[in-house]
Amino acid sequence: MTSSSLFVAVRCVFVRDVTVALRRSTDVLTPLVFFIIVGSLFPLGVGPEPNLLSTMAPGVIWVAALLATMLSLSRLFANDYADGTLEQLTLTPHPLTTLVLAKIMAHWLLTGLPLVLISPLLALQLNFQYENMGILVASLLLGTPVLSLIGSVGAALTLGLRGGGVLLSLLVLPLYTPVLIFGAGAVSTHALGMDVEAHLSLLAALLVLSVIFTPWVTAIALRISLD
Amino acid sequence: MIYKKYASPKNFYPLAGRLIPWLGVLTVLLLAVGLYWGLFVAPTDYQQGESYRIIFLHVPSAWMSMFVYVIMAAAGALGLTWKTKLAEVLASACAPIGASFTLVTLVTGSIWGKPMWGTWWVWDARLTSELILLFLYIGFMALEASIEEPRRAARAAAVLALVGVVNIPIIHFSVEWWNTLHQPASVSKLGAPSIHPSMLVPLLMMFIGFKLYFATVVLMRMRYAILEREKHTRWVAEVVGTKAQ
Repeated sequence: MTSSSLFVAVRCVFVRDVTVALRRSTDVLTPLVFFIIVGSLFPLGVGPEPNLLSTMAPGVIWVAALLATMLSLSRLFANDYADGTLEQLTLTPHPLTTLVLAKIMAHWLLTGLPLVLISPLLALQLNFQYENMGILVASLLLGTPVLSLIGSVGAALTLGLRGGGVLLSLLVLPLYTPVLIFGAGAVSTHALGMDVEAHLSLLAALLVLSVIFTPWVTAIALRISLD
Repeated sequence: MIYKKYASPKNFYPLAGRLIPWLGVLTVLLLAVGLYWGLFVAPTDYQQGESYRIIFLHVPSAWMSMFVYVIMAAAGALGLTWKTKLAEVLASACAPIGASFTLVTLVTGSIWGKPMWGTWWVWDARLTSELILLFLYIGFMALEASIEEPRRAARAAAVLALVGVVNIPIIHFSVEWWNTLHQPASVSKLGAPSIHPSMLVPLLMMFIGFKLYFATVVLMRMRYAILEREKHTRWVAEVVGTKAQ
């Protein structure tokens, strides 16, 4: 087994996942619309007071991103599980961990990245200070891949279960809390004029750790679910 | 050798049955003496007055909430690697007990917090991480309950428990890493404890009492789970049959 054939396989899985997802473009757009709607509910719920909104904005945007990612997680494996693709993937000579990582990257490209790109729009709606926009986007860029990575474990564990969606949120949301704390923390700390290096470093550390471990755990969970 | 013998559910079942009464009696004794000592004999705290006495419930259950999780995750890992039935049964028996300890910790802490901090709840690191521990236990039980096939359920739940283990050091070190309202640890294993012996002794008695309570209840739960899982084997038919006569 040469490394080039593994690379070909990874590229193949990645391109296939992106293509399939783009063919069902509503699946890609729904989490984005959800993200905007959740963000727009807060001013209606807590009142349109501008100062209150701008202090709440980092937390609201991050929570909305968390929920939107979580809703999109079922797309990660469910269709491939239903049509048998997933089983074929486990039978390939390539390590499932690497193929899973390719699937997660495709998922982030079509869920996490659009959320990051659209977040300034939501931020403006929430009266967020324009000069903090950079740090908001940076924290989301570091954090949303972690959400896809950790979420993949939950998606693999709840594969094919009845009521999987609610169960998935129960499993995944507690594990998302560190990302939320450091992600929203980075933005609020920056808004107070303090140094955000610690928060961003911790987010990056979470990203590195989850890139290393979660695809492996997800692969184990997939094999259990496919048993 | 002896591990191999008792790792089989058939041999473990009667052994657990013999241990439970002894453990149960010891638990009741320790908890009774520890509670009496803690609530009536131990001196009043010069800072916190009488309300500190909830420490005798709060601290041991907080220790247990983490200890049980570690046992559960370790048993889950054993079950995943060696497919030991007994380890799978142990992991699933731990979850509700650990969840109850976590709930007791949160409730007693909140009752303690009201007179001391003037509030039932603060979002500091230790309280939040303990709350997340409760969610992890609930997630473990929910995942296990939603999978029909017991072996697949045990393995999936074990994976979740192992992922959640990262929370344990966060809870443990939260009072050192972050400046929080929660007071730092009074009892540490290696260093000299910053708590007077007249309070430390009942606290340790409660701690051992809670440990024995856990051992008793986990063995009882394991026995039921073993009967349920092995209900199609001959030895279970014999056990149940003789009991029925």
